[in-house]
Amino acid sequence: MKQLLRKVFLADLIEGLRVTFRHQHPKQIVTEQYPQERPKIGERYRGAPRLNINPDNGETLCIACDLCALACPENLIVVGWERNPETKKKELVTFTYDISRCMFCGLCEDACPVDALELTQDFEMASYTREGAILDRQTLENGLLPTRYRF
Amino acid sequence: MADTFLDSTELVLNMGPQHPSTHGVLRVILKLDGERVLGTECVIGYLHRGVEKIAENRTWQMFAPYVDRMDYVAAVSNGLGYCLAVEKLLGVEAPPRAQAVRVILTELNRIASHLLWLGTHALDIGAITPLFYCMREREYVLNIYEKYCGARLTTHAFRIGGLQYETYEGFEKECLEFCDLFEKKIDEYEELLTGNRIWQQRLTGVGILTAEDCKEYGVTGPMLRAAGVKWDIRKAQPYSGYEKYDFEIPVRENGDTYDRYIVRMQEMRQSVRIVRQAVADIPAGPILAKVGKVIKPPVGEAYVSIEAPKGELGYYVVSDGSTQPYRVRIRPPSFVNLQALDKMCRGALVADVVAIIGTTDIVLGEVDR
Ligand code: SF4
Ligand code: SF4
Repeated sequence: MKQLLRKVFLADLIEGLRVTFRHQHPKQIVTEQYPQERPKIGERYRGAPRLNINPDNGETLCIACDLCALACPENLIVVGWERNPETKKKELVTFTYDISRCMFCGLCEDACPVDALELTQDFEMASYTREGAILDRQTLENGLLPTRYRF
Repeated sequence: MADTFLDSTELVLNMGPQHPSTHGVLRVILKLDGERVLGTECVIGYLHRGVEKIAENRTWQMFAPYVDRMDYVAAVSNGLGYCLAVEKLLGVEAPPRAQAVRVILTELNRIASHLLWLGTHALDIGAITPLFYCMREREYVLNIYEKYCGARLTTHAFRIGGLQYETYEGFEKECLEFCDLFEKKIDEYEELLTGNRIWQQRLTGVGILTAEDCKEYGVTGPMLRAAGVKWDIRKAQPYSGYEKYDFEIPVRENGDTYDRYIVRMQEMRQSVRIVRQAVADIPAGPILAKVGKVIKPPVGEAYVSIEAPKGELGYYVVSDGSTQPYRVRIRPPSFVNLQALDKMCRGALVADVVAIIGTTDIVLGEVDR
């Protein structure tokens, strides 16, 4: 009998609708208004790469050991270096990082012995050209510039 | 055909590969007699990337991020299976702390995967509301992942021998908060769906797969348990310390779509239970066993299977003693479960095909690899 009454009065459907309406309350709205409202990014987020420089003297921290390039499964890091004739040390000349092939796995970051290469919280890496996704040393050190949109 | 006495001909219809309810790029060729399905054939491979071949050209560590890209909604489980397989080959075991964190993250992943299944399955059947709610709760899990390892979907959270990242401050608290919140939310989903007459009528008796069928096809996971077989690798061959936790294996008897729905809902509740137990007791200690920077397993082979959200996920790894795998063979649950599609669809209505594909809970990234 109870079952029948439930059926006749559409109790099951009304129960469902009650849940729906309960969620109409403004406090329940969770949608993030993305471009206006910046999302909170986790501290460990693996986003755009950065090549850290020593803040005191502006020199790169990278010791051109090539470990990141070896650790990368996609082989997308190219470290160019040259031996300094006076100090006999390797010095970094160029560094290219192709984010179009990168899967942000973090292996390069883990491999770096001096924490020079770091994946940052920057997640906006769109560009209009394929070449724009290949980052050179300067971009890596200064950080990505915000994309200029062609509206 | 006996029942085609009127002038009707058989019709061959293509469903997919862009059909939204095939959950990716699955093409199903349907042979129809009016509204009845006479037979189906799956065409797969649109997402084939040759993951197993890629493994042969990478070192053991380098391959770990690729397994995340098979079942991308359950990346953590995939990573766990691979890491366990290589650890077995190496003869090491992850430290207790790593094991506990692994259990927490994989169980959260089971919830996230089931949530995505629930949302899309309900959407296919016509209930749009649950999708939004499921996505909202899934977001909590993804946020925990993001804070823990820095990525949301393809996480690469585990490393061979343990973990790379220590838990962040407030990890335990956030997991418990999620558990508290989520238990209420499951009740809410059930309020929306379980008693709903349309939902019941669309699911009951659709796509029946008996226990014998399941065993014949090798179907595992919630589909097998909905048919009444109490088989869960977490209980049968405990890995990563699952024997320490107290949980039940939900089982149902009929093996139809509705039962699979119930089983998965129960599983989410059980996962919450496991997470609670694991969070309450994360042992202190190291998180990475001594495996060295260069991983060179001895010559040999190992097979490890785990209970992924979709079923039994197996990794068969062969080493020739070098830094690169000689062979990695993956047994994906989705691929095997999909084989039973024809069996379930025969005799059903066209509209039920959508429900049946939804209930198999396939991820095409894993079917095609
Ligand atoms: S994040 Fe991974 S894929 Fe990207 S450069 Fe580093 S190692 Fe290579
Ligand atoms: S691993 Fe670090 S120090 Fe070595 S080349 Fe790469 S960025 Fe430079």
